[in-house]
Amino acid sequence: MTDWLLWFTRFENSKVVALLLFFTTFCAILVYLYTGRKRAERLESYKYMPLQDDEPDLNAEHGGEKENESDKN
Amino acid sequence: MGQAGTGSIQQYNYDIIKKFAVMALVWGLLGMATGVYIASELAWPFLNFDIPQITFGRLRPVHTTLVIFGFGGSALFATSYYVVQRTCQTRLYSDWMAVFTFWGWQAAVALGAVSYMFGYTQSREYAEFEWPIDLIILVTWVVYFTLYIQTIRRRSQPHIYVANWFYIAFILVIALLHIFNNLAVPVGLFSMKSYSLFSGVQDAMTQWWYGHNAVGFFLTAAFLGMMYYFVPKQAGRPVYSYRLSIVHFWALAFLYMWVGAHHLHWTALPDWTSTLAATFSIMLLLPSWGGMINGIMTLSGAWEKLRTDPIMLFLITSLSFYGMSTFEGPLMSLKSVNALSHYTDWTIGHVHSGALGWVAMVTFGSFYHMVPRLYDTRIYSTRLIYLHFWLATIGIVLYITSMWVAGIVQGLMLRSFDDYGNLSYTFVESVAFLHKPYVWRALGGLFFVSGVAVMVFNMFMTIRRSRSEAAELEARIAAKMARA
Repeated sequence: MTDWLLWFTRFENSKVVALLLFFTTFCAILVYLYTGRKRAERLESYKYMPLQDDEPDLNAEHGGEKENESDKN
Repeated sequence: MGQAGTGSIQQYNYDIIKKFAVMALVWGLLGMATGVYIASELAWPFLNFDIPQITFGRLRPVHTTLVIFGFGGSALFATSYYVVQRTCQTRLYSDWMAVFTFWGWQAAVALGAVSYMFGYTQSREYAEFEWPIDLIILVTWVVYFTLYIQTIRRRSQPHIYVANWFYIAFILVIALLHIFNNLAVPVGLFSMKSYSLFSGVQDAMTQWWYGHNAVGFFLTAAFLGMMYYFVPKQAGRPVYSYRLSIVHFWALAFLYMWVGAHHLHWTALPDWTSTLAATFSIMLLLPSWGGMINGIMTLSGAWEKLRTDPIMLFLITSLSFYGMSTFEGPLMSLKSVNALSHYTDWTIGHVHSGALGWVAMVTFGSFYHMVPRLYDTRIYSTRLIYLHFWLATIGIVLYITSMWVAGIVQGLMLRSFDDYGNLSYTFVESVAFLHKPYVWRALGGLFFVSGVAVMVFNMFMTIRRSRSEAAELEARIAAKMARA
């Protein structure tokens, strides 16, 4: 009854099965990501997440262009 | 998409991040200084002083453990706790679990380093910890995994930002790698010594499945998590393409697992296995460069930041080194190239272009962004960041070019035959040649570690200033209250 499972344990079969499984999944991910305008817009909207957690930014105010106190010496 | 609220220090657990960040700097300085010392031992062997505990063989795993797990690991704990809280807009699930991961991790690193000096090692590269320390790491890691997942589960954002995906993959894969590579039978309950469950070529295969995936998921995926948060934050612009970051993630996850056997070309390993590994290594070039371009293009339209912001310099240079070392790696995985490069110092140069150029530089950039925010202050000195950047960059260039020269000439000398089929050079002649490149390498390392010392000073002064500012504020409030 479990003979069909043994088929997967043979290297010449399992390598091809793994390839088909992973490659198909990867292609499906690509299709999902790059089809559908609304989905694309939704996915791209997530890239703003790190910028929405801002606190008053002391470093941006005084950052690279301005000198810190210790740099004036 | 949910709107993020304004974060505050009380809202998040910053205390644990501060602890890990400070320890990352401590281990970084110690580990890199150890690296310079053992590089000097190779150039000037008298530095071994016939003291077993400080010979190259024992200090080498101390160096790798302190920099990878002490510096890199602590930096990943710190930044992952920072990123997950801020992108999920929630506090860490449990404070005591966070503290537990801190002490568990620091204990494992410290005990590991001391045990290597006294000769206790499994002799598995980057997994030298003997079994009692492996158990400490295992428990710590399970708690880390639980804490991270539970924190994500209680997020107030509907979407899990991609940086967290990279961190989760890192935590999950390292758990698998650590458990399977360290399956061993202890000699006795009170003995530090153990023997691996695997033997022969299976042992080598398991070790390099672990070894390369440690590179792939500890030193690459996790630091990409860092990159996907801190590059956009420091640039003040979103990442170039969010969908490309998802492709980057899944492609790395699918491909990395298969490449470990390229460390075992021309060995007893079946030929198809190492060919498979080389093929997957070449394919890895695509997502690696896709990710690099995604990171660098975040600055598209704002390239002037590279002239004015030294933190951005660190981050973009780190991505350039990521691109360079992920080109060099697939190249070296080709069997013909590997026949020349393997067992030579080219490999050491390659590892350090990734470790110093990518891992350390992206960490420095992220820390310069994160630490002042943790302490609610400004960085002590921007000039010192520039100084650090140039010391680090010059150090890396000296290091990797000297190792290219050392490795390629070493490989050519060992493969050179005369007309009668005899070896043209003795092994000792190749060792004598290596002296000069080794001196340059040690000098490069010295530059790099000097930069880290500058950073430690800058961070120390930043933290000290934040405390004096806090004390001043408290005094003002007290004075106001007294007047009222």
